[in-house]
Amino acid sequence: MAAQASFIGQKNKKGQVYSDPWHMMNEAPRTPSFFTGSEVIKEAVRRASCDMMVAYPITPQSEAAALCGELFAEGYIGDYFRGESEFAVMSQCAGAAFGGARVFTTTAGPGTMRAMENFPMWAGARLPIQMIVTCRGINSPLSIQPDTLEISYLMQTGMLVWHAETAQDFYDWILKGYMVSEEPDVHLPLALCCDGFFVTHTKDMVDLTPVDMCLPPYDPYRSPVPCMDMECPPVRMMRDPFVMKSNYISYATHASWQQEVWAAVERSRKHTIRWMDGLIETENTDADVIVVASGTAVSQSREAVAMLEEEGIRVGLVKVKTLRPWPGEEIREATKHAKHIIVPEFNVIGWLAREVSATVQNNERIHAGPHVCGGMTMPPEIIVAEIKTVLGIKAPSLAGRGG
Amino acid sequence: MTTSYKVMPGPEHFLPPSAASMGIRLPDPGQAHIHGTIVSEEEAMEQAARQFLSAKVPTIFPGPLVLWAWNDKAAKKAKAIRYLYETIKESVDSSQHAMLIPMPDYRPKYPKINPEIEINPNHPNLTIWHNKIDACMFVGVHCHQANLSLKIIRGGTNCYTIAMCAQAGHEDAMLSFRDATAEKILRLADWVKKLKGSVAPPA
Repeated sequence: MAAQASFIGQKNKKGQVYSDPWHMMNEAPRTPSFFTGSEVIKEAVRRASCDMMVAYPITPQSEAAALCGELFAEGYIGDYFRGESEFAVMSQCAGAAFGGARVFTTTAGPGTMRAMENFPMWAGARLPIQMIVTCRGINSPLSIQPDTLEISYLMQTGMLVWHAETAQDFYDWILKGYMVSEEPDVHLPLALCCDGFFVTHTKDMVDLTPVDMCLPPYDPYRSPVPCMDMECPPVRMMRDPFVMKSNYISYATHASWQQEVWAAVERSRKHTIRWMDGLIETENTDADVIVVASGTAVSQSREAVAMLEEEGIRVGLVKVKTLRPWPGEEIREATKHAKHIIVPEFNVIGWLAREVSATVQNNERIHAGPHVCGGMTMPPEIIVAEIKTVLGIKAPSLAGRGG
Repeated sequence: MTTSYKVMPGPEHFLPPSAASMGIRLPDPGQAHIHGTIVSEEEAMEQAARQFLSAKVPTIFPGPLVLWAWNDKAAKKAKAIRYLYETIKESVDSSQHAMLIPMPDYRPKYPKINPEIEINPNHPNLTIWHNKIDACMFVGVHCHQANLSLKIIRGGTNCYTIAMCAQAGHEDAMLSFRDATAEKILRLADWVKKLKGSVAPPA
């Protein structure tokens, strides 16, 4: 921290002032701006003092990679290039991070899946790379429309996984994400996810921090593993007995290594709570029915809660901001009075409902749904209908409206 | 998360859990922890000094961050560590044997290391067992490697572990300081001097 603090007040080559991150994010004046989610990514990266961005072009799912290329041309990113595939991109990101760079990348859908081998490697190597995931369908037949199935895979990698609801979340969390993930007791990659298209392609009002302020540079000397030590794990992974020997010590070391990665996810809790003002947001937690959601399902649920309020039905809402670390204790507390817990999701398997189900007591209270996927929207009316059905109130079928 | 888990000397388990996964949280600046409970730094100083003075083989494990003079702070810390070692050596009686054993790097070494002259994060228990070390302090070891070692030691030995960490501390140690400086290490040496003669040596 001392090394980073020594930069504060100095200017970078673009004339931006390296600023105290807490002041920049919480106290500095904000300017309301009307941007798409992709443009918001660009504006956050402009202020993030990134040394390196590598990307595989993912347009049309998100224009972020191309827009960040413009940032490089303008001189805001240290270096920028395109990989030959998503796998190559994520491997190159690792190389840059091993060398002590602050790295940014973005991907989506099948690209996330193609690069998947790299993500547990990033986490195991304690590389605080930030990856924006603008989620889209991953299965055949292909879809460029939003679907959050890929998040369920990312949740098992040892990465931090956050799920943004709005473009404002996205803007703030990109910058705050570096502050959390680069803490020496955390030092893990962050998958900052959003529901593609809904967030990336639509315009929204976003309050931006001053353009002449930026984060202090990354300090690789605070890393919990040696920076670019070619003789030791994690940089040197093969050929060493560590992975090639079959004996108890090798197994036990590897097991402890894995545990340490997940311990670091746990340690991120404290920093994340401080920067994000909690891992969840709640309203009406004394209601009999509580909706637990993440991403844009939160926005649709909020609408549903308002519609039901007009009918005199009081419903609570839990917005899950971080999936790793998982806010288990917070969700248990927020839902302790609920008779019914509704979990709407933009995917076919209901991974959030499974997580909640493994978290709360009396999980027969959980109603996994409604689910939409493959790019379908989730009208608030279907959440309303789900809640009414649970409460034994007759609800009209939305699908029958055109009949 | 409230927890009843305590970070205690082992042998704890075939594969003990990480303390973080059991709800142990790291101290904030100005604090330390003992067995996972947050305490003042001074309380931890006293407890660490008592552990050194009551151990049969009190040992310091300096790591790569303080073994090489890669900057002025590292050189200063190395001198402070040497001073702490000399202080412990002078403060214990003839039945006790203070040691200073480096962790020079993190490479897995096979068929095996020489446990009399070094400790390795991938099998630190070999050095602990061979030298019958019952209290040790890690200093200048990268945090990931330190946690790896501390957990393996807790799993398979009865050694009391102390971490003098330059970053956020280690919940896998039984006692941990954070934000270590040369001055902090010298303060610990002062505590050892202060308690000399007042702590019963091991039976």
